[in-house]
Amino acid sequence: MAVAILRQGAYLIASIQSDLSDSEVIELREELTELVGDYATRGIVIDVAALDVIDSFVARSLRSIVLSAKLRGAETIIVGIQPDVAIAMVQFRLNLEPLRVALDLDAAIASLDRLTRRGAVDGG
Amino acid sequence: MEDEVRVSIDSDADLVIARAEARAMAERLGFPRPDPTLIATAISEVARNIVVHVGSGEIVLRPFQDSARYGLVVVASDEGPGIRDIEAALRDAYSGRSGLGLGLPGARRLMDEFEVVSDADTGTTVTMRKWRYRDELARLREERRRRG
Repeated sequence: MAVAILRQGAYLIASIQSDLSDSEVIELREELTELVGDYATRGIVIDVAALDVIDSFVARSLRSIVLSAKLRGAETIIVGIQPDVAIAMVQFRLNLEPLRVALDLDAAIASLDRLTRRGAVDGG
Repeated sequence: MEDEVRVSIDSDADLVIARAEARAMAERLGFPRPDPTLIATAISEVARNIVVHVGSGEIVLRPFQDSARYGLVVVASDEGPGIRDIEAALRDAYSGRSGLGLGLPGARRLMDEFEVVSDADTGTTVTMRKWRYRDELARLREERRRRG
């Protein structure tokens, strides 16, 4: 499988294992949006370290995952953008709103903890 | 000099192959980071345009080397209906049939040279090049030669 999705408490961790075709990116979006409801997920981490290229389609798909997960009640953090990929994304001038990123999994979990706690307080 | 590599583009899975071949060739030629990634990203965009707007086409990767510089030439061609307004397609925020307008201007920014030839009879050919000088001395010599 091209993406391994693990559950850790109220979080889903989607770890991309290799370069993905466009269809696999779309499958990932559908699967994640589906799973968010199944497990009452509050947060998603997507590890993109295995992606050698983040082009306009992948960037748009990541945005769309973030937005649809949000409508299902979950925040999303992207981790592991490769240095060369980051340079390419900037030179390309890809629109990165509203992507939230973290350097590694620990930082992503810490930032989800903050986001979801704040959400609970705001909601209550 | 190594041979050119041809990747036929018929579905989105072929983009994965085109990206990998481009990266491999760029690394073999000696392109420093992040160039292989920039080239692979630009190729991904032009290959996707082929899949989405035409259905099938071909990408040819051609190495170039001489004593002063080396480079990679990418030719993406299809026999589709052509791009009606090339100027507009190369402009930012232009939205083609399915909103893929970002692709071409973005790809152009990642490469050194970029040209599009398109008409309704013969289809579209995008030619992109990325150059590197062997060393600073070669770059300065080339600069002086150009200035005459």
